[in-house]
Amino acid sequence: MTDVQKRADQVSLIIDGVEVVAEKGELVIRVAERMGIAIPRFCDHPLLAPAGACRQCLVEVEGQRKPVASCTQTVAEGMVVKTQLSSPVAAKAQAGVMELLLINHPLDCPTCDKGGECPLQNQAMSTGRADSRFKEEKREYEKPIHISSQVLLDRERCVLCQRCTRFSEEIAGDKFIDLMDRSSGEQINVYRDDFFGGAGTGDGQVGEGEGDVAFNSYFSGNTIQICPVGALTGEQYRFRARPFDLVSTPSACEHCASGCSQRTDHRRGKVLRRLAGDDPAVNEEWNCDKGRWGFRYATATDRILTPQIRDTKTGELREASWSEALLAAAEGLKAAKERGVGVLTGGRLTVEDAYAYAKFARTVLGTNDVDFRARPLRATGSPVTTTEEADFLAAAVAGITEVTYEQVENAPSVVLAGLEPEEESPILFLRLRKGHIRRKLRVTAVSAYLSRGLEKIGAALVAAVPGDEAHILASDAAVAEALGAPGALLIVGERLATVPGALSAAADLAARTGAKLAWVPRRAGDRGAIDAGCLPNLLPGGRPVTDDAARAALSLAWKVDAGVVPGTPGRDTDRIIAAAADGTLGALLVGGVDPADLADPTLAENALDTVPFLVSLEMRQSAVTRRADVVLPIAPAVEKAGTYMDWEGRLRSFGAVLKSTAMTDGRVLEAIAALLDVSLNTGDVNAVRRELGGLPGSTLPSPVRPSVAAARAAQPAENQAVLATWHQLIDLGSLLDGDQVLAGTARPPVARIGKDLAESLGLADGDLVTVGTDRGSITLPAAITDLPPRVVWLPTNSPGSTVRRSLGVTAGAVVTLTAGVPGPILAEEAAR
Amino acid sequence: MTQPRQEVLQKLTPVLTKRWLSPDAWQIGVYEQLDGYRAIRKALDVHPDDLIQLIKDSGLRGRGGAGFPTGLKWGFIPQGDGKPHYLVINADEGEPGTCKDLPLMTYDPHSLVEGAIIASYAIRANRAFIYIRGEAVHAARRLRNAVQEAYAKGYLGKNILGSGFDLDLVVHSGAGAYICGEETALLDSLEGFRGQPRLRPPFPAIAGLYASPTVVNNVGTIASVPYIVLGGADWWKSMGTEKSSGPMIYSLSGRVVNPGQYECGLGITLRELIELAGGMQPGHNLKFWTPGGSSTPLLTAEHIDTPMDFEGVAAAGSILGTTAMQIFSDQDCPVYNTWRWLEFYHHESCGKCTPCREGNYWMVRTYRRILAGHGTVKDLDTLQDTADNIFGRSFCGLGDGAATPVVSTLKWFRDDYLGYIEGRTAPRLSEKSLVGAH
Repeated sequence: MTDVQKRADQVSLIIDGVEVVAEKGELVIRVAERMGIAIPRFCDHPLLAPAGACRQCLVEVEGQRKPVASCTQTVAEGMVVKTQLSSPVAAKAQAGVMELLLINHPLDCPTCDKGGECPLQNQAMSTGRADSRFKEEKREYEKPIHISSQVLLDRERCVLCQRCTRFSEEIAGDKFIDLMDRSSGEQINVYRDDFFGGAGTGDGQVGEGEGDVAFNSYFSGNTIQICPVGALTGEQYRFRARPFDLVSTPSACEHCASGCSQRTDHRRGKVLRRLAGDDPAVNEEWNCDKGRWGFRYATATDRILTPQIRDTKTGELREASWSEALLAAAEGLKAAKERGVGVLTGGRLTVEDAYAYAKFARTVLGTNDVDFRARPLRATGSPVTTTEEADFLAAAVAGITEVTYEQVENAPSVVLAGLEPEEESPILFLRLRKGHIRRKLRVTAVSAYLSRGLEKIGAALVAAVPGDEAHILASDAAVAEALGAPGALLIVGERLATVPGALSAAADLAARTGAKLAWVPRRAGDRGAIDAGCLPNLLPGGRPVTDDAARAALSLAWKVDAGVVPGTPGRDTDRIIAAAADGTLGALLVGGVDPADLADPTLAENALDTVPFLVSLEMRQSAVTRRADVVLPIAPAVEKAGTYMDWEGRLRSFGAVLKSTAMTDGRVLEAIAALLDVSLNTGDVNAVRRELGGLPGSTLPSPVRPSVAAARAAQPAENQAVLATWHQLIDLGSLLDGDQVLAGTARPPVARIGKDLAESLGLADGDLVTVGTDRGSITLPAAITDLPPRVVWLPTNSPGSTVRRSLGVTAGAVVTLTAGVPGPILAEEAAR
Repeated sequence: MTQPRQEVLQKLTPVLTKRWLSPDAWQIGVYEQLDGYRAIRKALDVHPDDLIQLIKDSGLRGRGGAGFPTGLKWGFIPQGDGKPHYLVINADEGEPGTCKDLPLMTYDPHSLVEGAIIASYAIRANRAFIYIRGEAVHAARRLRNAVQEAYAKGYLGKNILGSGFDLDLVVHSGAGAYICGEETALLDSLEGFRGQPRLRPPFPAIAGLYASPTVVNNVGTIASVPYIVLGGADWWKSMGTEKSSGPMIYSLSGRVVNPGQYECGLGITLRELIELAGGMQPGHNLKFWTPGGSSTPLLTAEHIDTPMDFEGVAAAGSILGTTAMQIFSDQDCPVYNTWRWLEFYHHESCGKCTPCREGNYWMVRTYRRILAGHGTVKDLDTLQDTADNIFGRSFCGLGDGAATPVVSTLKWFRDDYLGYIEGRTAPRLSEKSLVGAH
């Protein structure tokens, strides 16, 4: 055993007569796999802790009396392993276990979703007997049971490998499913009895009785994917297709900025399911339920497939040919150019499409009035002249790719501010949790309360009244101390923009402590839009618009005259809306923006109504298309190629899954530009990628980070509170529209109040509480939570809680609280 | 009933059982009068390492079935590691036929408490647990009372007898699962989780209860400790054999005149034990027996002179186990008995691993069919093969234990099986028992 070169942390062993070098602590089954020896297995999963439960992977190890489970056996120097290929004992043991696994399995492969891609089926072929010797009756269960509105369980198919329960406990931290009962009656189920029971879903479907706690984990879909049999199935895919009829395409998730790799399976032009892709650097082998199941928007009944223009006689939208619509758009924009055109792009664009908008704004419209940020940019009531966030993005985010998932996992300490990872970046949450569980990562969270998501990553809370985050980042000793260790990370969410001075303080804190800074937005297109130049102060490539040399280089590359690209920063989202509302702007070009996401939806809709000319590039009917003069349909992610940039700054390129005549935003913009004699050259993603790659680099030092003074939280008066709010992962977002099954797994909307408010208002858990402003009110059941005094938390955009539309404010604003409901109609609605 | 001969009677060595017949020995006052709590005074005066050495020297082997050297186990606990250490006493006596720990805890609970104090001191544990079978309410009540009394007298708690040593002893009742007698399943159960065996390594000595170094010992093992401390290693070794030292409580049940516990030096034979128990019941001739509970391979009448120590029973092809000797006669049916045991194992299988969970499900049904007169010769081959597929393939020893009586009876008593199959023996089960639930 000395012929093979090995390091001190390696051992050499013999598997099936072949000498092999392995890392110390490596499992025999993995080493065999590397050698191309496939040992059958069920419970084993490389990302889960070894269990040794199914016993399918038994091998013979010399010197051991009994066969050994290769999924739990670590390698040792000089070990001699014989798998089923060279050991009759191992082969017999594996065949024996396979026979036992099958005696109680229904063998309903012809009607099972898993048939055709089933490890049990495949390994029964390789390892099992042709005929069963089992003559007795098989175990039977009621089938299937809903363990959530989305996940179904056929218990008689289950081989009790416990991958699902281990995933839920180890990876997601959502131990909603567990082994129940014992012996041959052992089964996976949700917690069922009075002791563990919760409210249930009320449909009598979950588990077997009332009082069940549903499997409402944001990551529940992964259990279906790793189930080695057909025991767990998803409502969306069950009985829809056979795996061998599907065409699989690698894809990237379009929902959040986590950047998951995915696999999209389609059949005859229709997407039937999506699976987590295998990308160790990003999402490992997991994704969230939103990414897995939130794809039905693309086939919604209100999808727009034909261009529309507003009929001058009737004032109604009518269908039009592409040439007519494009011409109308071109002429309208040309006419409005003098007064000014604002471009709002939203955060759902690919890098290529975002670049197209950025280039279109500069070269066709001659404006820097372009902004991707479809959300509140500043605190409620702050003057729109502040540019703290844009300055921060220019200084600390654009072009910077310093922090990776791997660094998050291996960091000694992470401070989170303005970010609720489980709700706003679920895969970052999983990685934080992995670091916390496996590597004792220390997490400190500056937040209003210690949410369940923060608890699962072991976060220490630095309690912040919304509005005080800047002050805490600037002066809290615990936060600065947590960033002291080399490799420590400061991760901030987009929500910090609504606290004056917070982003300045974050950048300053990172510089002061030497910690690396990461900015995590909510949407897949956000990060890419910055580098593509969809900001009023930044050109593509992250160069400031005020940089004469950058503008000159860009004009050269774009083959436009010097002076076409304006040298002063443009209007941001809020200012574009304001300028449109007051009649300043001549037109708006809007791509994929829902006014309900903006700081003040009413003002935004007012602006859309007021602006003389409105061009909307959209997939589905929306509040924008209804008001538009020209509506140009564009392709959903599944029908186009492109690239998202995740929060790390990592490019996530994908090809088109479905053949489609739908066009990308870039292609549509290119066609409009052509009618205005500008060659935009953004119709083909490869051309855009080449152009982006060839853009001259910036020679200037990074822009100076903003230094806005840290604000303090508002002081609420009697019966008032400061509003805390953020989005839930599964909420009323337009890409989740109409998916009732997925919506059924959402967190129930509640208004969180502290003990102080509960006492002063005389409220108990579950009592209705009304949160109001001069704009309107929201009534939800109260959930008494450990919040700072005089703080109320609401989900930003969930059923019954549309904060921006109903209250017209954002986090940090002062709201009034009243017990109960404001009137009989609202009361009835709230009770429902 | 025949009186045992004098030379056989002399083989009785009542050590752990010596107080059982003393009235009220479970009360601390009586216990103290009968040498109780003397050993801890002696033990707390010496260095813990010396106590470990003493136990090593005595050759004491675990009384829970595996016979692992106790001193060696104590020595595995890393010292000075900065982690809390725990002593966990396995009182989840559940092996069919075994009945030695429950009477000990009922009639002499303080000896276990005293042993626990000494053992904890030796391994530097300040917290010890007794995990007792949930059904053993009476024994648990006596034990809890004993612990309370010991606290009141200063044998437990802070600064025991002024030694500076602190110990808290917790009596924890299980919820009635055979698997929780398996030491790692016991630890999971004690931590409040579902009782299922853990993956080893890490072994409990390194990461046991709450991931801290833990000694898990049987009741009989720990109760032996005070006697060794008082009597010394040499005295202990004067009983038993060279490799299996000390006295052992043999639990005899079944077709003997006086079933019960007989404490003798290791190495005594079944012939002598039956004599101590007043002989076989009239009209019964020994046919087969378990040396150490139903999980140990059955022995037959030809093994009646096998020395009942770890080595002797192993040489005969079985395991000493918990010295739970169930005695069956020619009027007992090995097939029927095996079915009854299998129903037990099937009921008690935790369900974690495939062979035990599914194999017992299958075998139980096959036995029901054979006993209802519907068996085939092929069933015997399938049974043998299924038992082979369970034995040594399961996650823990429960599966091995279940397969053992099947393999044994097929080996020794195939003809009894054929009796049902060929119609020579009247069916023992009705058709009705073949229908129905699992």
